[in-house]
Amino acid sequence: MRPINSVIEEVRSEAPLIRTFRLDKNLDPAPGQYLMVWIRGVDEIPMSFSGPDTITVQSVGKATQALFHLGAGSSVGLRGPLGNGFILRGKRILLIGGGVGTAPLAFLGDQAKGAGMAVTSLLGFRSKDDLIFQERFEALGDTIITTDDGSLGIQGRASSGLKELNLFDYDQIYLCGPEMMMWDIISRTREHAKKTQACINRYFKCAAGICGSCCLDPEGVRVCVEGPVLMADRLLESEFGRYRRGPAGDKGPCRG
Amino acid sequence: MPSLSIHAGGLDLNNPVLLAAGILGTTGASLCRAARAGAGGVVTKSVGSVPREGHPGPTILHVECGLLNAMGLPNPSYKEFQEEIETARAGGAPVIASIFGSSPTEFAQIARSLKADAFELNLSCPHAEKYGSELGRYPDLVESVTGAVKAAADVPVWVKLTPNTADILELGLAAQRGGADGVVAINTLKAMAIDIETGYPILGNRFGGLSGQAIKPVAVRCVYELASRLEIPVIGVGGVSCWEDAVEMIMAGASAVQVGTALLKGYGIFEEITTGLSRYLERKSMTLEELCGLAGRRRS
Repeated sequence: MRPINSVIEEVRSEAPLIRTFRLDKNLDPAPGQYLMVWIRGVDEIPMSFSGPDTITVQSVGKATQALFHLGAGSSVGLRGPLGNGFILRGKRILLIGGGVGTAPLAFLGDQAKGAGMAVTSLLGFRSKDDLIFQERFEALGDTIITTDDGSLGIQGRASSGLKELNLFDYDQIYLCGPEMMMWDIISRTREHAKKTQACINRYFKCAAGICGSCCLDPEGVRVCVEGPVLMADRLLESEFGRYRRGPAGDKGPCRG
Repeated sequence: MPSLSIHAGGLDLNNPVLLAAGILGTTGASLCRAARAGAGGVVTKSVGSVPREGHPGPTILHVECGLLNAMGLPNPSYKEFQEEIETARAGGAPVIASIFGSSPTEFAQIARSLKADAFELNLSCPHAEKYGSELGRYPDLVESVTGAVKAAADVPVWVKLTPNTADILELGLAAQRGGADGVVAINTLKAMAIDIETGYPILGNRFGGLSGQAIKPVAVRCVYELASRLEIPVIGVGGVSCWEDAVEMIMAGASAVQVGTALLKGYGIFEEITTGLSRYLERKSMTLEELCGLAGRRRS
């Protein structure tokens, strides 16, 4: 499949380094699935959906900076939707997100509410200036916010909000955010790992399950096609939260 | 069921269906998974002497008849790769390290330092400056690189050949003169695709290599030509995606086959091919040895 040409219809600033791009195509993605976005002449990068026709992007490197230079009317090439997204289960669900990782959860929450589920959210940000999608989550149900600097909500990491919740109340937990934030949650809530779906990130090069750059030790899970959403119990005994491989395949520390 | 175990290119293999280089070969865990899924041997991602991140994306592209790729030899360097090989060995199949360099000395240095069950010399990647087919299209360089690695290594050495040449047989003969224990044919065909909306070449590197269904007839012809003239075994690779393809490649003269692009369908491909091959041999009351090179023995 060749990249599909898509025109950016609207660009919205969500936070100083985070923007939402609305595309002219609704590719009918499941929340948690991703798209390979080709910024022509620069690179092709994986991006999560924040809605059926939107991606929400944090500027972190050359390719995302180049994307930020594209305004409404510019075009990109698209491959996707790719991978396995979140699966909605049960009647009461909990969303736990960190930073730009809240984007696919907002999309999931919209679908869950539409399906009549009760949605609770626990969201962590660095500070109140980095907050995104606050109104969107509050429209879904109870929302607890944490900030690292205490400028809004509970001070501390997202896990500081766990004490406000009884995880046994929820049929399913959905998690997405920086790796160490997710690891912090998963390792503190081990008894709930079998009902926790985590949307994780690895270095995707082919996004087709054949190059091997995103494989997770020790089972060799091909995150780009078997994930990016995986059950947390599969992550507990894996490399997740311990190390990750970079573009050259060398092991390095996890970020965030 | 007839036995599929063979001795090919200096290695004892449980079956002749191997994982090709560059496919799910970055980590020991994914190589191990291929071995446990039934691969008779696994070839690693090509490793060089210094870390490389590879080309910018898009690095792959599905075209009508196959797959285009320009990964750009990403690898953490051989110094970081030994532990991946050790992990891969837990899968129980021989681990063949694919290596690349820009000179006989660089190849030999890697072969001296890395421990694997065999080496496959990447003299055929069509899209990395100073490496692969930029050396591998010259018979004298194929011979000198092979000779240098043979002198440095105490395990079998296979040479993976490029089809992007007027005469692949010259390259195969050069590898044989250099002392190779086998040749692997073919690497991808140099190719490109252009985005007609904007005129941009789609691959980040502009050029890449075509693999999959489209190149199988080319691979079958190359294997046939090589097997007809060489005394060392030929390992056939290029578009093998089902047991029928494996039979055809073996009839052309391949002692074993490698599977790459067909891994798009998942790890089950190994069992699918080996099961089909077994049943075929049973139905024909033939051995693998009898099947190998059958096409060359057919005369009117």
